[in-house]
Amino acid sequence: MYPYYLTIVLAPLFAAIVAGFFGKQIGRAGAHWITILAVGLSCLLSAYVLYQLYWGGAEPENISVYTWAVTDGLRMEIGFLVDRLTALMMVVVTFVSLMVHIYTIGYMHDDPGYSRFFSYISLFTFSMLMLVMSNNFLQLFFGWEAVGLVSYLLIGFWFKRETAIVANLKAFLVNRVGDFGFLLGIAAVVMFTGTLDYAEVFASRDSIAAQSIEVFGGTAWNAMTVICILLFIGAMGKSAQAPLHVWLPDSMEGPTPISALIHAATMVTAGIFMVARMSPLYELSEVALATVIVIGAITALFMGLLGIVQNDIKRVVAYSTLSQLGYMTVALGASAYGAAVFHLMTHAFFKALLFLAAGSVIIAMHHEQDIRKMGGLRKYMPITYWTSLIGTLALIGFPGSSGFYSKDLLIEAVRDSHWLSTDAWVYWIACLSVLLGVFVTALYSFRMFFLVFHGKERMDAKTRSHLHETPAVVTVPLILLAVPSAVIGWITVEPILFGGFFGESIVVGESHDALAKLGEHWHGSLALLLHAPVTPVFWLAVAGTATAWYLYLVRPEIPGKIVERFSSAYKLLVNKYYFDDLYMKGFAGAGRSIGKVLWEKGDQRLIDGMLVNGTANSVGRLAGVLRQLQTGYLYTYAFAMIIGLTMFLGWLVWFR
Amino acid sequence: MIGLQHYLTLSAMLFVLAIAGIVINRRNLILLLMCIELMLLAVNFNFIAFSRHLGDETGQVFVFFILTVAAAEAAIGLAILVVLFRNRRSINVDELNTMKG
Amino acid sequence: MLFQIILFYLFAAVLIGAALGVVFSRNPVHSIMYLVLAFFQSAMLWLLAEAEFLAIVLVLVYVGAVMVLFLFVVMMLDVNVESISRQLTRYAPLATGIAFIMALALIQLIWLRSGTEDPSLGAFQPNPADYDNTKALGAVLYTEHVYAFEIAAVILLLAIVAAITLTMRRRPGLKVQDISKQVAVRAKDRVRVVKMDAEPKEKMGAEPKEKMGTEPMEKMGVAPREKMGAESKE
Repeated sequence: MYPYYLTIVLAPLFAAIVAGFFGKQIGRAGAHWITILAVGLSCLLSAYVLYQLYWGGAEPENISVYTWAVTDGLRMEIGFLVDRLTALMMVVVTFVSLMVHIYTIGYMHDDPGYSRFFSYISLFTFSMLMLVMSNNFLQLFFGWEAVGLVSYLLIGFWFKRETAIVANLKAFLVNRVGDFGFLLGIAAVVMFTGTLDYAEVFASRDSIAAQSIEVFGGTAWNAMTVICILLFIGAMGKSAQAPLHVWLPDSMEGPTPISALIHAATMVTAGIFMVARMSPLYELSEVALATVIVIGAITALFMGLLGIVQNDIKRVVAYSTLSQLGYMTVALGASAYGAAVFHLMTHAFFKALLFLAAGSVIIAMHHEQDIRKMGGLRKYMPITYWTSLIGTLALIGFPGSSGFYSKDLLIEAVRDSHWLSTDAWVYWIACLSVLLGVFVTALYSFRMFFLVFHGKERMDAKTRSHLHETPAVVTVPLILLAVPSAVIGWITVEPILFGGFFGESIVVGESHDALAKLGEHWHGSLALLLHAPVTPVFWLAVAGTATAWYLYLVRPEIPGKIVERFSSAYKLLVNKYYFDDLYMKGFAGAGRSIGKVLWEKGDQRLIDGMLVNGTANSVGRLAGVLRQLQTGYLYTYAFAMIIGLTMFLGWLVWFR
Repeated sequence: MIGLQHYLTLSAMLFVLAIAGIVINRRNLILLLMCIELMLLAVNFNFIAFSRHLGDETGQVFVFFILTVAAAEAAIGLAILVVLFRNRRSINVDELNTMKG
Repeated sequence: MLFQIILFYLFAAVLIGAALGVVFSRNPVHSIMYLVLAFFQSAMLWLLAEAEFLAIVLVLVYVGAVMVLFLFVVMMLDVNVESISRQLTRYAPLATGIAFIMALALIQLIWLRSGTEDPSLGAFQPNPADYDNTKALGAVLYTEHVYAFEIAAVILLLAIVAAITLTMRRRPGLKVQDISKQVAVRAKDRVRVVKMDAEPKEKMGAEPKEKMGTEPMEKMGVAPREKMGAESKE
């Protein structure tokens, strides 16, 4: 299988290099053909690898490809750990990436940076594959930073737009905060185990848990808790969990295919994947799990609320992504790693679908993104309409869709989690958040859906006259993504969640295993579907949809009144809980003022003024005095020699 | 009895006079050159006195070479002086400050 | 012995006087004359110290060559003496001060610090009767110091070349021969064959006579001056 792994990883890199450096030579068609072929090859081979691992009976493989460096007993290697978790991620990444590649042909077809864009997304695919296939922390970190870099490049893809530059800088800086924690976490791992290799770290997990470390003024913390929380800070940055979520909505400045691929389906789920991969470590730290579940719960509910007040079509989807990432994090915190990864997979499909559908609408509307200026698009864009409907239903967890299975079971797992018996506070926060989140999700999803596709046509006449369905390169990926969004949950829920799909790759402590408890009552996909109408989850979703229908289709004047009535709450939401202001005025402002003081006082006055220029000036002044001695007259020099001679002679005779 | 000290004293006086001459005649290049000749003469006195005192001819060999180099120096110095005079119509040291930085 | 001591003090007194004359005389020509005197007295003193060869060399080289060179230069340059020596006394205090300090230091060094406070210890020992200064010097110079001797010869050559190069100048309008051009000249540069019609006798008048005047000159091989390579140089 080794050659397959190498091909899977290196084909997108090769395509990225060719498209990036030789874009002019191979032309626009060349750029998209080579990248699509490379990613398609990766996708096929990934599917084959998954097939071999699940049906073909192949064993998980842990291969070291290359020893990069050995220093002080620490081996730094490039290696692949391919088990079913990895294989699932590989298939998701390459499939969504392939769809996005195809879609991009239509979306970007008259952009001057065409081949550059293809180069970037292929590079992204390579980086993400490196991340998920890694068998050690170093390579994980490489992939982690590489996807961050490509994300930065792609958010700022339209680098002449000032908002895009601000957004990509923001994404980069916020991610640095998370990466700082992540790097500290890796350092802590190396400190306690002396190795970077996953297998060796997992093997010594009991000894880590037995140690403690002093942080902040002598309080002893369990070493495992420290490691897990630090690693989770990295995941918070990458997976945009509160309070490090602020970059994700702004990242929508990038082209829509990017929002679908990087900021919805794959890169932002790297944090979820990482925590699932580290499940053997997290299982040994209750504190870390509690942190994870509370952060996730806060993100799931409060970011969803923000989605209700947004008017930019992409931002609504972005907040929905934040909220769904919160769901996944809650599942991680409830030790239901399988449910988190399962939701990750279904979410990748339906959220990519929603983003691409949003992109399709944006193309049709000539890059108008404000949903208040849309409406009634159903009859102009039937394919986009139906695929969006499938995506939206999957998002709210409509019975039968992929989102239904993942989200419903995720909520069930949280309800059955061990936190009820160990820490009731955590349990109720998590449960309430995810349940209320269902209502909120349905509300904002259908608000957007109704505003875009139903109701009055609010766009101007010129736009309306040009409205038509988007070309096949756009709609085909929509259909191809709609299919798994609709059915993949039905097919795969049983093997993935209850069939021991992940095997050894995810470790859950016996008392934590909520999914196993659920499995005892598992009677198949159909039974769950029939069971749906009696669950609160279903009725909450219906209530959300109905509210949206009533508020935005039947009585469109009501939302305005609500805003007037609860203006302070509305202001809070519109200002995104003042997180941006806090960061801009608090951290950035303080940093800027400290920097200004250091710049003006420290650098300009002290270093430049006194040390550098001061030295130069005093040398200049001294030289100005001394140059008076250099008269240019011979006898002056002769005098100097004579006086020097006299002084030496005097010193020799009288003072020695 | 005349000995080393007498010669050295004489040489010191010559040297001091030459130095005083350089300071006093600072404006005339020819006189400066002549004072330098006087100084070299004083140095030669020292060499000869020590050579005689120690009974070693190497000191006199030094004097020989100093005479050689001094002759060469005088020739070149005067040649430079001539060129200088030809160019500037003057050998007044006060007017020669092109070495000024 | 006493006679030698008297001679030493006499010569030394004249030497110091001559040196003072060099330094303080207003006329450069006088200074040179005083310097000549100083060199003569030095030669005498060196003879007293039994350095006969160097004493003779000093007179021959310095008085005979270098000082005459000084004299030539002073005469040739015709320096305005008055303008130069007017400010003579302005620096006299400084000169006196420096000279005084230095003399004090040197004399203290020679008489008090030398470790030979008793002058009799520094007295010259008489040389053996068959001592030959010139021979002894030559024996050392041509054996031990032969390389330095060769280098000294080269330095003198250098001084000759440098002095000539510095002072040589090409006057405008000077006419010199260019030997290489003269050698490289070819026959056709010099000889011009002029074909002439036979002329009727009745036209024989004043004109042919003028031609006759120049033609034979060229045929004889005497070229105009330019062709001989003589040219004026700036």
